[in-house]
Amino acid sequence: MSPRVEVRKTYKLFIGGAFPRSESGRSYAVHAAAGAFLANAALGSRKDARNAVVAARAAFPRWSGATAYNRGQVLYRVAEVMEGRAEQLVAEVAAGEGLTAARAKAVVDAAIDRWVWYAGWPDKLAQVLGGVNPVAGPFFDISVPEPTGVVAVLAPQDSSLLGLVSVLAPVIVSGNTAVVVASEARPLSAITLAECLATSDVPGGVVNIVTGRTAEIAPWLASHRDINAIDLAGAAGSPGVSWAELERAAADNLKRVLRPAGQGADASEPDWLTAPGVERMTAFLETKTVWHPKGR
Amino acid sequence: MPTFDYAPAPESRAVVQLQPAYGLFIGGEFVDGSGEAFTTVNPATEEPLAEVAEATTADVDRAVKAARAAYRGVWGRMSGADRGKYLFRIARILQERSREFAVLETLDNGKPIKESRDVDVPLAAAHFFYHAGWADKLEYAGLSGARDGARPRPIGVVGQVIPWNFPMLMLAWKVAPALACGNTVVLKPAETTPLTALLFAQVCQQADLPPGVVNIVTGAGGTGQAIVEHPGVDKIAFTGSTEVGKLIARGIAGTRKRATLELGGKAANIVFEDAAIDQAVEGIVNGIFFNQGHVCCAGSRLLVQESIHDDLVRRLKRRLAQVRVGDPMDKNTDLGAINSSVQLARVQEMAGVGEAEGAQRWAPECALPSRGFWFPPTLFTGVSQSHRIAQEEIFGPVLSVLTFRTPAEAVAKANNTPYGLSAGVWTEKGSRILWMADQLRAGVVWANTFNQFDPTSPFGGFKESGYGREGGRHGLEAYVRPDGSAA
Repeated sequence: MSPRVEVRKTYKLFIGGAFPRSESGRSYAVHAAAGAFLANAALGSRKDARNAVVAARAAFPRWSGATAYNRGQVLYRVAEVMEGRAEQLVAEVAAGEGLTAARAKAVVDAAIDRWVWYAGWPDKLAQVLGGVNPVAGPFFDISVPEPTGVVAVLAPQDSSLLGLVSVLAPVIVSGNTAVVVASEARPLSAITLAECLATSDVPGGVVNIVTGRTAEIAPWLASHRDINAIDLAGAAGSPGVSWAELERAAADNLKRVLRPAGQGADASEPDWLTAPGVERMTAFLETKTVWHPKGR
Repeated sequence: MPTFDYAPAPESRAVVQLQPAYGLFIGGEFVDGSGEAFTTVNPATEEPLAEVAEATTADVDRAVKAARAAYRGVWGRMSGADRGKYLFRIARILQERSREFAVLETLDNGKPIKESRDVDVPLAAAHFFYHAGWADKLEYAGLSGARDGARPRPIGVVGQVIPWNFPMLMLAWKVAPALACGNTVVLKPAETTPLTALLFAQVCQQADLPPGVVNIVTGAGGTGQAIVEHPGVDKIAFTGSTEVGKLIARGIAGTRKRATLELGGKAANIVFEDAAIDQAVEGIVNGIFFNQGHVCCAGSRLLVQESIHDDLVRRLKRRLAQVRVGDPMDKNTDLGAINSSVQLARVQEMAGVGEAEGAQRWAPECALPSRGFWFPPTLFTGVSQSHRIAQEEIFGPVLSVLTFRTPAEAVAKANNTPYGLSAGVWTEKGSRILWMADQLRAGVVWANTFNQFDPTSPFGGFKESGYGREGGRHGLEAYVRPDGSAA
């Protein structure tokens, strides 16, 4: 009996809950760490990135206005679906990052566990980060954390899934919406994650993923006037990308900038297996303080 | 009905001993500046008050080195309890010398003595008192960089640049949390209002604060730029215009310097038809005419529900006719002098733009002093969203009145600005207050009140009003290392 001819997957962009090809009609070949051809991924364009921003802005009122309990349940559902897709994710991570099957499984497990960790955060943030301020006057005064808005995320280049989860989850738990530029050389697991998001009750547009050249897309996101913040993690190890230039462009509308790890002008990719703190969440939060008089 | 005139009630300025000239405060001593000295004037009389040194790049370098030495040698390694005691001392001295500070602030800034006496100076002292208590309790503050109960680490040398609208209060907002967390500072007061900062330097001396922990360099934009660009400065704290804030953000891009920016605003003060109308009128007046409207969070856009527009504007005009404009040193004065001729020109220009764009201008009849920089409390009605006086920060006593019909329209109009510093809501309906507070994209929302400030209450903006918070537990975040790393 001849072996079955497998059905291969077409990897496309993820924008507004749909999976379009790049409007540019372009694609690029993705290879395994060992060199074998894996797939053609969409080579996203400036226009694709802008469409993603429109989708993210449109999704912001509903996602940020959802109850924290609801966001937590939706995000936990993502982990459930990832668990069911673990085999595929392991295969993509192993091929893309050149890991053994056992090592890739450990990385995927860590990514799913990280997602679960973040899924428990939405209804804790306000209590941990907010509170009542004991002002010296007859006022009720309360400070609460609120999402910054639309956040552009340059996903880590090396750690294509665990790194991506580690930067994406903290952005959306609090109600931000995201435009992600996937790892340039290892974009496949990002699109599989998008399929998990699309089947997990995450509203369309909350997460948008563009594959392609980071150096081509990132400057348009950094200078985009309808983006409120940018995570530059993926500038580390990205050919032709200067995080200093991106941060400079981001100043035009005073985006909140999360710089890449590293010393001085260098950017490096951290060990994503290290347990996270709240820093990646607080980087994309605003503190709102509300006053009201007390009186009879 | 009989009317009563107010007799003059001038505050004595004898409590202030002005020196003819002031140097820079570096390493615990007053030293000469290398730049060209400039004159600071009383904006209410145009009388020169003192000559002030201008710090050059070399002077700033000396100040940063002094701050670094103090950080390494003393302050960065001192126990929190001891740092706290110095801050408590400073708070007490500010209280003891409060009248002197209030009078000097009013002379140099032009704000009414009742504001400097009752708001600026007491709040400045309160900021030091509040942060003094934090110095040895930072591990309880739940700061990002301090997991597992670790003690948060200071950043190092902080460069601070503050504006002229609340000179002493902004100094306190900047210096108190920086010192409480173990940092040392180089601070530049605004060039038109340097005197209270220089008096504060004397307070540091009286408190025996170790030399170099606080350094004060005077000058204009070039001095500020030298601070921002100095490689020995680890963090920038800036309050001022959005334009300069963006320059700073660009300037530190690609470095590991951190920044907090408190920038401009164009706050909506939203009045619903069910509001307690007379309270709202008081809140509107306080919102835009407090401190001559030289307030980044001023309620400069009045959004009034259409059904009560005519009644509210009528009451507002009646109230504004009672506002006393004039000598800031008079204890009865409500509206003092515009801080500088430059700012007066800006306010005049924008008022002219409002008229040219078709809005109706109104101001009560009031006699303005012949010398000094003055602008009457001014109201524009018939303003639309696209008018420049509805979009741009004027930073003066000018109120633009717009209308809305539904809560959703009020929210849309209020949020339709690149700024997001503050907002006001006036309604007697509790559920609507909370809904509005959720919807408004602003760092501070005042409901049935306006322009309230407190050391425990975080202040700062969304969007292009800047980032970071000042005050409260949240304000400490800006002065500790986010990763908890060793200094």
